[in-house]
Amino acid sequence: MNAATQAVGLGLARLETREKVLGRAQYIADLARPGMLHGAILGSPHAHARILGYDTAAARALPGVACVLTGDDLGDHRMGAFIKDEPPIAKGKARYVGEPVAVVAAEDEATARQAARLIEVRYEELPAVLSPEDGIAPDAPLVHEDLASYFKVFPAVCGGNVASETTIAEGDVEAALAAADIVVEGEYATAPQAHVAIEPCGALAEVDAGGRVTLWSANQSVFRVQANVCESLGLPMGRLRCLTPRVGGGFGNKMEAHVQPLVVALALATGRPVKLILNREEDFEIVRARHPFKVRMRTGARRDGTLVARDTEVLLDCGAYGDDSPGVLGYALLMSRGPYRIAHACAHGRLVYTNKLRFGAFRGFGNPQIAFAGETQIDRIAERLGMDPLDLRARNALRDGDRWFGGGEVLSNGLAQCIEGARAASGWTARRGAPNGLGAACAAHISGLLATGAIVRVLEDGSIVLNTGAVDIGQGSDTALAQICAEALKVPVERVSVASPDTDGSPYNWGTTASRVTYTTGRAVVAAAREVERKLREHAGEMLECSADDLELRWGGRIGLKGVPDKEISFLHVSLRAHWAAGGPIVGTNTLVFDRASVDPKRAVVTGLPFPRIGVFSFACTVADVAVDDVTGKAAVREAWSAVDVGKAINPGAVEGQMEGAFVQGMGFALTEEMVWDGGRLANPTLADYKVPTTLDSPHGIHTVIVEAPEPDGPFGAKGVGEIGIVTVPAAIANGIAAATGARLDRLPMTPERVLDAMTGGGDAS
Amino acid sequence: MTTQDVTLQINGRAHRLAVRLDTTLLTVLREGLALTGAKRGCNQGVCGACTVLLDGRPVRGCLTLAHDAEDRAITTIEGLGAEPNPVQAALAEAGAVQCGFCTPGMVMAATAFLRDHPAPSLEAVREGLSGNLCRCSGYRKVVEAVHRAGGGAP
Repeated sequence: MNAATQAVGLGLARLETREKVLGRAQYIADLARPGMLHGAILGSPHAHARILGYDTAAARALPGVACVLTGDDLGDHRMGAFIKDEPPIAKGKARYVGEPVAVVAAEDEATARQAARLIEVRYEELPAVLSPEDGIAPDAPLVHEDLASYFKVFPAVCGGNVASETTIAEGDVEAALAAADIVVEGEYATAPQAHVAIEPCGALAEVDAGGRVTLWSANQSVFRVQANVCESLGLPMGRLRCLTPRVGGGFGNKMEAHVQPLVVALALATGRPVKLILNREEDFEIVRARHPFKVRMRTGARRDGTLVARDTEVLLDCGAYGDDSPGVLGYALLMSRGPYRIAHACAHGRLVYTNKLRFGAFRGFGNPQIAFAGETQIDRIAERLGMDPLDLRARNALRDGDRWFGGGEVLSNGLAQCIEGARAASGWTARRGAPNGLGAACAAHISGLLATGAIVRVLEDGSIVLNTGAVDIGQGSDTALAQICAEALKVPVERVSVASPDTDGSPYNWGTTASRVTYTTGRAVVAAAREVERKLREHAGEMLECSADDLELRWGGRIGLKGVPDKEISFLHVSLRAHWAAGGPIVGTNTLVFDRASVDPKRAVVTGLPFPRIGVFSFACTVADVAVDDVTGKAAVREAWSAVDVGKAINPGAVEGQMEGAFVQGMGFALTEEMVWDGGRLANPTLADYKVPTTLDSPHGIHTVIVEAPEPDGPFGAKGVGEIGIVTVPAAIANGIAAATGARLDRLPMTPERVLDAMTGGGDAS
Repeated sequence: MTTQDVTLQINGRAHRLAVRLDTTLLTVLREGLALTGAKRGCNQGVCGACTVLLDGRPVRGCLTLAHDAEDRAITTIEGLGAEPNPVQAALAEAGAVQCGFCTPGMVMAATAFLRDHPAPSLEAVREGLSGNLCRCSGYRKVVEAVHRAGGGAP
């Protein structure tokens, strides 16, 4: 790990940069097939309604319309990452405004959209559940009457409108809180955040003469697309091949299904290719969003600054379908103790179905919301004790050998260096002291979970093709994995090409999510490359008439006899022999599933947790310098420092890009972004009404400090970086606002009105 | 809706097309002419991914009617050439490109901006790019690259 590396550690631009800057990269909306039809969706106007019947005659009669499908035309099949509760098109009931109740395929998009408007659906409106509090009321209408009979992939604790209930408990939290010198207590609320990948969701499906379907889509996992489409349409998986063009950002939105089942259903019904690209309003209204959280939290400490107890209670809005929500709840609870040694902790949460858009995976996966509560409480404790907030964090930081909440192992931990790195870079000690707006927050995030694979092939000319099935959604995994492969085989990065993900030809990859590709897939790449190396050496040993054990890889794609510089042979010659004379073409493969337990039953009592095996922790400490206009209440970040432990920066430039992008996305979540519902209808599904930060809203001074505490089995020590950078941001900004004004906000986003109310009224406004 | 013939001068070439009066320039480029470099991000003139140049000025392709662009010089990212211009080269060099979906609009906006504002300050670049949303980068590397391409003062 300490050896000098030549491919790993290079800050290369992404491999596909040239096609992107020249405007030639092909995204889903840029693809077309001969004879292609265009799809359109009719969404439900009601949040909750029984579907009594359809009249599709006028739509079918419109010239250019090829096909109209409703829930009646599809079988009784349901999909879902954790709970199989979601039909591809509403069937029997519509459960949120905008939910597809019918789809159309026509010769062009305008005709398809016009036809969708001509479909008449007869509804019986039902009382709607519009908040989790409503959902758990004793007389609440049920969003899913058949919840008990749905298949669940984990031992879900559920009933009524409660889709999942999770508990994690270590020690005796009540006794420890009673014995603590101080206890801070608070209630926190975070707003739904829209992903707003600049590329809207879309898909294109084509059926071949044998009835087999090829599906291209904007996605984060061709394998999850395959699973979702096949589950929701009742297709055998072998009948569907999923591919991916370039993807214009994801952030969680494109991990599970969006319109893929609809276009496959239309393509199967018409026998023609069908493309459907959502417009921006639809992308807001019918895909998914970050969960709004309601958190009640208490943290207890001794007078000397030792944290002793934390109790967390979470109420989570699931929206109409389960999607990734049980995972988000379980993960948020697992993160609720923060990166600290707190002997007594308890976390309990409920996930409640409502008649709203499904909430799902979004960068951070519940961690930014729970960290907003936890890290503002740490600052309040520091205030009460008169301690430096960074000192308090450092004092309580997890140390080597400590376990995560629940008992999972932590095998590498750079938190202390992150705290010191952010402290030094920001000039914290000198700048603190009023007036200032410096706020800090710490967090950890995982990157090890679920299954992945890699196939490394040596082509006839000695160059390498890497095939993992991991979708690069723009974050740069193709480049990072190519660097890992190049390093393992000691070839220049340009000698490695990366195969586009294909469910027919790629090994399984659960997905580009949970910051997992660099660590989890990177491990498979290293292992597959090692198998290639072994085969190369066996061939070379026979060719050079020596033992394979006496051979070594030499930089540039050569195998040589140790200690004899001029006795060597190139990959080209070895591969030609393998292809044409002996042994067969050289291929290395590896698959793995992450199997480190999240929970140690001797340490913690856990029920209803959907992730039994996750781990590998990246750490962060973020400092934000916040200015607050005391006339308008507008908060703005002047400068920010993010120190992050990524184990090993495979590509430092890409790591910086992740940190900077995460900071600004987190700043939007903290200050301006909020999806607002008017009854059951989303009131602001446009970029004019939903405020994403621009260049002028974003500080130019976002400084990244890269810390490398290597993970023992990580590829060259690497851990994930995709999400960790956003987790700390809302809390750091809230703590900065408190430092600047004395006002504590417990609700996101911290809009000027709310900041002003908190400054003038001494409390948070609604 | 009436369809009428229109002549569009795109990247130095004249195209005679039958286009409905309510069709946008973005739709004609992407669907009529397979010039897919300009992206449809919001179709409401906010995100800037569809930015093209009309007589050298950056405009939103999604807010410009094709008929209003008749006989004016339209430049799309395809028209900038086969090799990267200084803005494109600087974005690549800086590692400023992530998913790339906003990049064509960003390139067109920045190219026009630098032509009109030689050697701009960082602040001026931030102002000049404020009409183009990027959700990946946090903007720092983008702003720095354009600033460098302009040879601007700090």
